[in-house]
Amino acid sequence: MASQPSTSRRSVHPLHGLLLAFPVALFTTALLSDITYLKSAEIQWSNFSAWAITGALVFGAPVVLWAALGLFRHRRDTARTRALVYFLLILVMWIAGLINAFKHSKDAWSSVGTAGLTLSIVSTLAALVAGWIAYDSGRNAA
Amino acid sequence: MTRTFLLVALLAATSLSACSRGDESLDQTGANPKLPALNETLVPPMKIAKPQGWNGELPTVPAGFTVTAVATDLKIPRQILVLPNGDVLVAEGSGGHAPKLRPKDVIAGYIKSLGKSSVKGGDRITLLRDANGDGKPELRTTFIKDLDAPYGLALVNGSLYVANQGALLRFPYSDGETSIGTPGEEVTKLPAVVNHHWTKSLAASPDGSKLYVGIGSNSNIGERGMSVEEDRAVIWEIDAATGANRIFVSGIRNPTALAFEPTSNQLWAVVNERDELGAELVPDYLTSVREGSFYGWPYSYWGKHIDPRVHPQKPELVKTAIAPDYALGSHVAPLGLSFATGAGFPGYAQGAFVGEHGSWNRQSLAGYKVSFIPFAGGRPSGKPKDFVTGFIKDGRARGRPVGVTYDSARGALWIADDLSNTVWRVTGPRAVAMGSPVGALAGQQ
Repeated sequence: MASQPSTSRRSVHPLHGLLLAFPVALFTTALLSDITYLKSAEIQWSNFSAWAITGALVFGAPVVLWAALGLFRHRRDTARTRALVYFLLILVMWIAGLINAFKHSKDAWSSVGTAGLTLSIVSTLAALVAGWIAYDSGRNAA
Repeated sequence: MTRTFLLVALLAATSLSACSRGDESLDQTGANPKLPALNETLVPPMKIAKPQGWNGELPTVPAGFTVTAVATDLKIPRQILVLPNGDVLVAEGSGGHAPKLRPKDVIAGYIKSLGKSSVKGGDRITLLRDANGDGKPELRTTFIKDLDAPYGLALVNGSLYVANQGALLRFPYSDGETSIGTPGEEVTKLPAVVNHHWTKSLAASPDGSKLYVGIGSNSNIGERGMSVEEDRAVIWEIDAATGANRIFVSGIRNPTALAFEPTSNQLWAVVNERDELGAELVPDYLTSVREGSFYGWPYSYWGKHIDPRVHPQKPELVKTAIAPDYALGSHVAPLGLSFATGAGFPGYAQGAFVGEHGSWNRQSLAGYKVSFIPFAGGRPSGKPKDFVTGFIKDGRARGRPVGVTYDSARGALWIADDLSNTVWRVTGPRAVAMGSPVGALAGQQ
């Protein structure tokens, strides 16, 4: 049952993992609802996105800090590189999300557009890859 | 959540100070205002003049005129009606029950609330009686209570009409009455879903057979979905006898005050146009209201200028859009309209007084005054003149004008101020000469 943490990869702290789960799920939600809005022009989908992005930013903010602290906690090069990549992904995810929150605060058809969709894709991809890194505790040991 | 709001506010402030302000000095008054290119910013500029009391000071009026605070401590005074015997009715209230649909609604709502009075709307009409005209009412009573955000008022053929935010009511009135206890008769319900723009402005045709009610849009530009915009951004014509109503004009975003021009008996309206297209878009306007006209909202502004925020567009409808008659300036927020009648004031004999509540969507404050637009032959004939100013001092708002009512019998202009909760009376140098009870000479220059 219990997986053996590999010596090279340690999974994130459970709280860190729970916090990260929100931007992973919510940015993905926002991307899907953005696409639906662009196809339907039904404003409720844009509103969904706006709340999802806001939620992702709220729960994502401590993740940014946690990822930044991680930069200083590793001595071995591979672990440090991994921490750096993780931090940069989280940072890109969050900043793109913040800009997108403002974009989604514009009215009606201006609330998404090409820019909003692009930002949603950036945040979602960054969150998914960051999640992959964070949750990958060495499956070979499982 | 609070933390996010702070962060958002901080970022908003940063990006605001960083962005170009432009000079915001285009002349955007008159029949052909200059319209700059669309300027949609990531964060709309929001500048709120924080409230500050009058501390015994007064608004500024032209030389020879006198301004008096006739009533204070009201509960959000909006529109004023002067009865034939000189009694003054003040509609007090705050309406709207628009749900907050997005994070933006929460944040922008909070920021805008910083520029408003914290007093709860009275949902009533107050009567002021100042028979000797000294500016100190001998009588102040609640004329009608238990209303629902009353706004438009009209008296015609012995009936007092009150436009609540959701219904048009009729009360029998006889001269000298100081309160009405009977519930009003409902002439017709008024569109009340959401009520994003809740004010129901009102004017009665001179013969009293028709009533006109201005019904504002349920959004800035359709961002609550077009399904809630049915019977919105229109002026209704209502048959006084039957309550039957029909759309008189449409695409008129937020017609906040209606009045008949006295020489032509033509209906005019002041209208609040859309936000978040830049500091100098879109000019609010004063326009004659001609049956069947379409003024563009939400698809276009100032005639056929397309608003790209609306999807899908309706090009066929936009082809029919007409430009309004007279621009008042962008974001000035006209909420009051009254024509000078009779002899008028010296220097302000013929024309329209417009109460401008003031801007939030630009860096340099606009409005926050009462303007006068001269008329000749029933049409605007010149540039607006400031009539009452001084509502802003050192960047803070001491008051915000809403309804204005010209009272020819007493040679006075009445102004409702919903920030300081005051009713102001401006009297002219001619007041005494007109033989009115107003204007003890001692009070005049």
